[in-house]
Amino acid sequence: MAEATVADAAVDPTALFEFLLRMGDNTLILGHRLSEWCGHAPALEEDIALANTALDLIGQTQLWLGLAGAVEGKGRSADDLAFLRDACEFRNLLLNERPNGDFGKTLMRQFLFDAWHHLFLNALRLSSDTRIAEIAGKASKEVSYHLERSRDLVIRLGDGTAESHGRMQGALDDLWPYTGEMFMNEASDAVLAAAGVAPEPAGLKTEWDALVGETLSEATLKEPAEGYMQKGGKRGIHTEHLGYILADMQFLQRAYPGATW
Amino acid sequence: MSSEWPLWEVFIRGQHGLNHRHVGSLHAPDAEMAINNARDVYTRRNEGVSIWVVRSSDIAASSPSEKGPLFEPSNAKVYRHPTFFDIPDEVGHM
Repeated sequence: MAEATVADAAVDPTALFEFLLRMGDNTLILGHRLSEWCGHAPALEEDIALANTALDLIGQTQLWLGLAGAVEGKGRSADDLAFLRDACEFRNLLLNERPNGDFGKTLMRQFLFDAWHHLFLNALRLSSDTRIAEIAGKASKEVSYHLERSRDLVIRLGDGTAESHGRMQGALDDLWPYTGEMFMNEASDAVLAAAGVAPEPAGLKTEWDALVGETLSEATLKEPAEGYMQKGGKRGIHTEHLGYILADMQFLQRAYPGATW
Repeated sequence: MSSEWPLWEVFIRGQHGLNHRHVGSLHAPDAEMAINNARDVYTRRNEGVSIWVVRSSDIAASSPSEKGPLFEPSNAKVYRHPTFFDIPDEVGHM
């Protein structure tokens, strides 16, 4: 792990910890969701591709939550943070805990997140905190591919048969109200932006709109009108779905504390 | 679903300077997705630096039943192998 820079010392550790949890919880929860497809995807090729993406995201989680634990300074490891926190302590976007639905819906959720993740990581590569810039550099290579893949599939399924088009439009309409949360600024965001650690989320909206709009139009899908946007995940107010994910994901460490294999 | 997708043959170049080698086949709706799928299925352990895919139906192949006429005649033509030269000792192992 790189030594703390001058900028690190200037940043409120609580704000930094919150930010790192958001990054790590996004990748952890979406990675877990994707892992639910393992052995169930509609074709062997897609099954392996989704498992690869899930593993990339879990790998990134280890880095983000590992750094979060170090910044917190209470001796918590990435595993402790992943397996021993309750739902209200998770900071992931509500989008990432949405149920998988059918394959098209999983891909639509992936694309909407990948587009944001790609832009955000690119910005983080310039972070004044070298530890964050390093993780973002590694993760952004993986996420560029995630985006290429989910974008390609959204276009092919959207501009596919009447059946696939209908399912993709349904998925888009259903998930759209969960996209606004990506661009909502929390109090801690201003602190981090001022220190050059991370960009303010709202600043990425224009680029995301352009990227997503272009893809949806190529996919012959109709972008839903701007309406009410769900929020809460970044503050620990989650839908009931997160509880079920945690029950599944954390069972072993809860039932057999400290178990290793 | 996959039964409706055409079959593609996948060739991977392991290192710069080596030839692309056939590694297997997979299903995909088009060439771009075939390359993506090949990346996911065949390069998980850092095997490749380049991928080629080609529709299996676009490969013209010799017929197994033609094996005799195609390949057996060359069995009897040892003079085509460069084994009749005396190699000077200085050359060493070739």
